[in-house]
Amino acid sequence: MSRIARCFEALAQEGDGALIVFLVAGHPDAESSCELLLTAADAGADIIELGIPFSDPLADGPVIQVASQRALARGMTPARVLDMAAAFRGARDTPLVLMTCYNPIWQFGVERFAGEAGARGVDGVIATDLPPEEAGEWVRAARANRVDTIFLVAPTSPVPRVKKVVDLATGFVYCVSRMGVTGARDQLPPDLAGLVGRIRAQTDRPVAVGFGISRPAHVAEVCHIADGAVVGSALVSLIEREQESVGLGSKVRELVEQLKAGTRGVRPANVRR
Amino acid sequence: MAPLLEVAAAYESARQDPDFQGELTSYLRDYVGRPTPLYFCRRLTECCGGAKIYLKREDLAHTGSHKLNNAVGQALLARRMGRAKLMAETGAGQHGVATATVAALFGMGCDIYMGEEDVRRQALNVYRMRLLGANVITVTSGSRTLKDAINEAFRVWMATAETTYYLFGTAAGPHPYPTMVREFQSVVGREAREQMLAHEGRLPDYLVACVGGGSNAIGLFHPFLEEDVHMVGVEAAGRGLETGEHAASLTAGSEGVLHGARTKILQTPEGQIRTTHSIAAGLDYPGVGPEHAYLQATGRASYVAVTDAGALEAFEALTRLEGIMPALESAHAVAQAMEMAAGLPPEAIVLVNLSGRGDKDIAEIERVLAERPR
Repeated sequence: MSRIARCFEALAQEGDGALIVFLVAGHPDAESSCELLLTAADAGADIIELGIPFSDPLADGPVIQVASQRALARGMTPARVLDMAAAFRGARDTPLVLMTCYNPIWQFGVERFAGEAGARGVDGVIATDLPPEEAGEWVRAARANRVDTIFLVAPTSPVPRVKKVVDLATGFVYCVSRMGVTGARDQLPPDLAGLVGRIRAQTDRPVAVGFGISRPAHVAEVCHIADGAVVGSALVSLIEREQESVGLGSKVRELVEQLKAGTRGVRPANVRR
Repeated sequence: MAPLLEVAAAYESARQDPDFQGELTSYLRDYVGRPTPLYFCRRLTECCGGAKIYLKREDLAHTGSHKLNNAVGQALLARRMGRAKLMAETGAGQHGVATATVAALFGMGCDIYMGEEDVRRQALNVYRMRLLGANVITVTSGSRTLKDAINEAFRVWMATAETTYYLFGTAAGPHPYPTMVREFQSVVGREAREQMLAHEGRLPDYLVACVGGGSNAIGLFHPFLEEDVHMVGVEAAGRGLETGEHAASLTAGSEGVLHGARTKILQTPEGQIRTTHSIAAGLDYPGVGPEHAYLQATGRASYVAVTDAGALEAFEALTRLEGIMPALESAHAVAQAMEMAAGLPPEAIVLVNLSGRGDKDIAEIERVLAERPR
């Protein structure tokens, strides 16, 4: 069983949802970014998604675009992200997922990337712009290296397409809460339960919901219906705002702790739906 | 993916519907002004001293470029899909103007995404779009050119696809756009073929067209693919391929994935997309339609690059010798054709797709010529 699967299993035993946090590798800079990974893990993040910055992040809103550009300007590369992952794995057992557009993986070499990711303790990878029709090579390489292949399911996906996507997914299924780009929103979309239900009808894998989730109350609401909640832009925006502050680490810790509190005891123990 | 799959399914059904094709044909004839002429350049041919140079006059189509062929086709599709609003990206502004034009024609809303750098250098087209009733949205992210306008347009479309049709302007990007745009632009090659047979009683030896995303080139090439005709696509070498400041994805790029297509792109060794440069905003794109990458890989077509300076010289030559001001994009193809013609025998025929007219570029040309050392 993969580290990600074990994580969801253990949380389900406790009746907790998973708090999944997203950070941009190298944001605000390489050194702080390594420390923030540890901070997030220690503050209660159950799974960490680490974004490999890409010049043209099609699925991201302005907050993550700016963070990605800053990280790139400061020299972050896929090879350095893999080094960060190895350093993190040496220090903590928290599941780590890399998230990126496909081109950096393609350029790195699909097999080589899967091999290095697996060897460095990366548990899963999300290639946001890789549709299942084109994913064969990547999925084979990832399986061979015991790296989970996590795919996004959009709210507009018809049932046959949901099936096609979840059949390739391991680790968890990433349910995109609404159409559009990443970024904090005030409210969750109204039919989230229906959406999660449509995915659950096709898979036994854990379902995590992301895009637009920014507050502890959102996390709690999401964890009532799904197995986990992903918070990205709210955290990245805090890091961007506080990057010069000596209190950066403690502010991040505080936010992650608040978000984590939203996941506790919201699911009936031992029951996963 | 769902919005793309919906467009693909709608296009597949429209393509086979005689009513759709009939309506498209009548708009192309009565509104776009097709067929556009095929013109023999007597003085330019004499000046080059070799092969005969013909121009396919897409610059004479309504709105001044080939872009309207595709815009009319996709707008009819959008209407068929029940969408009330169009959105598009634009680089040189020609596709933005074409989209704003069909939005006016069909009474649809229209949002055009354009990089800040392009808004500056294509001010005339920005004003034309606004006069046509379009909302021009200045994109300030990334390199502030065409690729960033495409990024932003896709981001917005993902959230608005239920009401808005994304009228993509070139034969690149995700499926079905490369195929659909090629089909709507192939009218250029079909007409040119007939016209050339009427003029000369035979097909041309060479086809030459500029390539940014590659829609005018694939539109000209496609109906000739099975014939014994050489095809040359001309990319933007900008300040010179050796300077790195260019937009020559096929001649100087490598395989990669951008905007939902696996094709040749300009990128760093780490797979980050490079910023590009061309005097012609419409060529200033770090990718290219996947079918061109395929034609290059199979050797069926060849691709070369012409610098900003080469394009400017060709602009001046065509203007002075024939009284035709080409768009700076098309001037790249003219430059290549002039060079090739000079080395070919007089009985050879070179057919250039003059994909757009140069009015939009006059302010930029004035600025560049003023800076040019004498």
